[in-house]
Amino acid sequence: MRSDAPGPHHDWLDDDAGPVVRPYTVTGGRVQPSAGRFDLMAFVVAGPPEEDGDDGPQPQPEQRAIIARAQQPITVADLAADLNLPVGVVRVLLGDLLTSGRISMYDPPTSRQFPDDDILKAVVNGLRAL
Amino acid sequence: MDSGLSDQPVAKRRIPLALKILIAGGFGVGKTTLVGAVSEIRPLQTEEVLTDAGSGTDDLYGVEGKQTTTVAMDFGRITINEDLQVYLFGTPGQDRFWFLWDELAFGALGAVVLADTRRLADCFPSVDYFERRGIPFVVGVNCFDGAKRFGVEAVRSALDLDPDVPVVLCDARSRQSGKEVLVALVEHVAARRAERVAAN
Repeated sequence: MRSDAPGPHHDWLDDDAGPVVRPYTVTGGRVQPSAGRFDLMAFVVAGPPEEDGDDGPQPQPEQRAIIARAQQPITVADLAADLNLPVGVVRVLLGDLLTSGRISMYDPPTSRQFPDDDILKAVVNGLRAL
Repeated sequence: MDSGLSDQPVAKRRIPLALKILIAGGFGVGKTTLVGAVSEIRPLQTEEVLTDAGSGTDDLYGVEGKQTTTVAMDFGRITINEDLQVYLFGTPGQDRFWFLWDELAFGALGAVVLADTRRLADCFPSVDYFERRGIPFVVGVNCFDGAKRFGVEAVRSALDLDPDVPVVLCDARSRQSGKEVLVALVEHVAARRAERVAAN
């Protein structure tokens, strides 16, 4: 437990900082994913439904929540925000799901030409239309 | 190929594109306000396990066992269309979280550096960071109520910016103004790209 009141250098630690629970409890204390890199902008897609219920261990509630949200492509960052879990925790959970074949990952393009002019124009037009 | 990558049947599904824009600047300069004005904003937590590189300089207290630190970042999404999304990340304003920036900056389209003319020096580190890494950025001068107004050229000169870096006056509370800053950034990215193509 933290007995010190947050000092002037810790004014970011308010109620919004969330519960004072070791966030890596849900990962069994693991802080590195078993597989994958999981860029914040990578998309997660749940595996085909017929692959659900394979003989692997049953997913835990947090993993089931990920699978439910990943029925449509969803970014790693969105998942963490939706589930109110730290990104590092989500990455470990995704690593397990990737290893057991329950999800697929789609990394953002890394080409130097990305995004191309058409995409940039679409962004400008889209922003203006907001 | 890793198992589970791409060549599964679900690969037929259309995967949208997600572009990342960083919103940087000193503490209290209006990053949260800007992200909230133009996008659906949510907190994004990172519970970082400090590496040796970070732990030497981090002033942690009350942390036993694993060296972790929680950082809540502002995170906003703008849906351009069903295939294209723009994500805004408010970078942590405190120096102790520099180690998070590298991940945020990786693959970023560009950055908005918000500046407050009353504390212009607060945005020097952000400007330095993006200049050193060649990440395109624009400077948004947040015109707070009652803040002494400086001209764009005065800010440019005080920040010693390259002539092609756009400096725009803005009001971080205004959706319209925030959109204009983002548009300025994307147009700057496009212009830089065109120059690079022309130079080759």
